[in-house]
Amino acid sequence: MSILFLVEHDNESLKSVTLRVASAAAKVAAVAGGEVHALVAGSNCAGAAAAAAKIAGVSKVLKADAPALAGNLAENVAPLIAKLAANYTHVVAASTTVGKNILPRAAALSDSQPISEVMGIEAADIFVRPIYAGNALARVQSSDAKKFMTIRGTAFEAAAADGGSATIEDVAPAGDAGLSKYIGSELTKSARPELTAARVIISGGRGMQSGDNFVMLERVADKLNAAVGASRAAVDAGFVPNDYQVGQTGKVVAPELYIAVGISGAIQHLAGMKDSKVIVAINKDEEAPIFQVADYGLVADLFKAVPELEVELDKALQQK
Amino acid sequence: MKVLVGVKRVIDANVKARVKSDGTGVETANVKMAMNPFCEIATEQAVRMKEAGSVTEIIAASCGPAANVETLRTALAMGADRGVHVQTDAELQPLAIAKLLKSVAEKEQVQLVILGKQAIDNDFNQTGQMLAALLGWSQATFASAIEVAGEWLKVTREVDGGLEHVEVKLPAVVTADLRLNEPRYASLPNIMKAKKKPIDTLTPDALGVDVTPRLKTLKVSEPPARKAGIKVESVAQLVDKLKNEAQVI
Ligand SMILES: Cc1cc2nc3c(=O)[nH]c(=O)nc-3n(C[C@H](O)[C@H](O)[C@H](O)COP(=O)(O)OP(=O)(O)OC[C@H]3O[C@@H](n4cnc5c(N)ncnc54)[C@H](O)[C@@H]3O)c2cc1C
Ligand SMILES: Nc1ncnc2c1ncn2[C@@H]1O[C@H](COP(=O)(O)O)[C@@H](O)[C@H]1O
Repeated sequence: MSILFLVEHDNESLKSVTLRVASAAAKVAAVAGGEVHALVAGSNCAGAAAAAAKIAGVSKVLKADAPALAGNLAENVAPLIAKLAANYTHVVAASTTVGKNILPRAAALSDSQPISEVMGIEAADIFVRPIYAGNALARVQSSDAKKFMTIRGTAFEAAAADGGSATIEDVAPAGDAGLSKYIGSELTKSARPELTAARVIISGGRGMQSGDNFVMLERVADKLNAAVGASRAAVDAGFVPNDYQVGQTGKVVAPELYIAVGISGAIQHLAGMKDSKVIVAINKDEEAPIFQVADYGLVADLFKAVPELEVELDKALQQK
Repeated sequence: MKVLVGVKRVIDANVKARVKSDGTGVETANVKMAMNPFCEIATEQAVRMKEAGSVTEIIAASCGPAANVETLRTALAMGADRGVHVQTDAELQPLAIAKLLKSVAEKEQVQLVILGKQAIDNDFNQTGQMLAALLGWSQATFASAIEVAGEWLKVTREVDGGLEHVEVKLPAVVTADLRLNEPRYASLPNIMKAKKKPIDTLTPDALGVDVTPRLKTLKVSEPPARKAGIKVESVAQLVDKLKNEAQVI
């Protein structure tokens, strides 16, 4: 039997996390045996299916194309996955809001206890996942016949987007369960890289004092091609939209460089960024817990330090 | 309509969990416990809907050991009408909890279940989705706004790219995200009143649910610690370090 993973896409192209899920699925196949198949469920999703067929290591793409599969409604997608699961030992999705919404529903329909946020694959039935906001790692063994799991993208390298030549097979599209309707989205528009894919992130906290002051961070982000993130306090205060939130209940990120500005470093925030390669903290309180995880800490008033950072970066980048 | 809220007792969000030295789990002896923050938000939502007139009765359910009664009392003090305690000392995983809550939801004939999006101890984020599957109901996870519209709920969801709007048909399961509301503190008179509110006690056996865990924890360990960093004196020094030492810019 084989491994099935859920492709995240916008019907035309793949979401970057999909390549990480594909490589996690390949890891599972390496220990469990079997092929790696991709499920593309959507509406007019031929473009996404073609892109999925090119992912290195994928041997077959299942394409379920139906109006009822638009908008990723769990009520319509989960029964399809549960039905297809009959032919697979493992079903894998990303720990994104899409994966977390759909996968547990499909698992319950298959009477299986899913494993969330998998960071390590040790055997066909043994996985490592974080608990308590990442303050502990649990090694768990599943006794379920079919294993359903969501994977933490930052823990896996991306598979190559090219090189594969999987066959594309149409599977019977799911009908509309009639339980839910997708009405629309208000997506944050930004020319910047996605938080979970960015090489550099600069995040602001309550210390920023207002949404307008985030312009200072945007300017630095422009120089570094960085994404802009935030603490929960900054989101709750309305400085920035909800999708900026990094942390236990927001996004988990692991960029090369994470710059925390006016963020105290609560455990819930650290849970989302402490696997970053290099962490910089700018905070006026030298006792702030963020300094305990920072490689480089600067005790300073951010309103002075951030504009200076912009100038110094200009100089440094010109010398290159 | 009748609403069921699921409330879990967890280590207080302000306490940093410590891994036990024998690797069997996390230290819970003499550690401050509290209602899972997302369950507070779920309870608050139910209370607001009752205050607004769309909900007639709020039943709070908690599955776990005897001490969970405290968590139920907190929910009752916030405004829930009665409690259901599914008592067991067994380890409960989300699939089992979903099965227990399903049987409570059916027994109580509720039209809406509100759960937290995630328990902050195991960080599973599964129970609501699984409960909806088992009941065959609609689901609206990570909700930041809920409006009743006849037989449907209009829900705003917090998703990775921003916000999403869906409509789900009742009966439904909704899971609460952080910005759905700000939970109230229970007032002293309400805490006193809560002591008199009824709590039913049930068991997994009585509900006919097999709660045997499907996941066995082999080992719990500390994540690798980060190496202690340094303090820099100036922005210029910071940029120099990032460029020449860390080589990330
Ligand atoms: C269930 C739950 C889930 C949560 N999930 C998340 C999550 O996913 N992500 C998250 O971030 N939080 C989360 N939190 C909230 C978390 O506990 C903290 O409250 C939050 O991270 C604090 O944000 P902050 O650091 O911006 O604010 P604060 O803690 O208020 O810190 C502000 C910092 O700014 C500094 N500062 C102020 N002015 C200046 C200045 N002029 N110059 C320099 N420094 C300055 C201060 O010294 C201070 O350290 C969660 C909490 C709970 C209970
Ligand atoms: N033992 C429990 N008793 C009652 N409700 C629970 C229990 N465990 C989880 N829940 C509910 O399910 C939500 C999500 O939990 P989880 O899926 O474990 O992250 C919680 O916020 C609760 O509303």
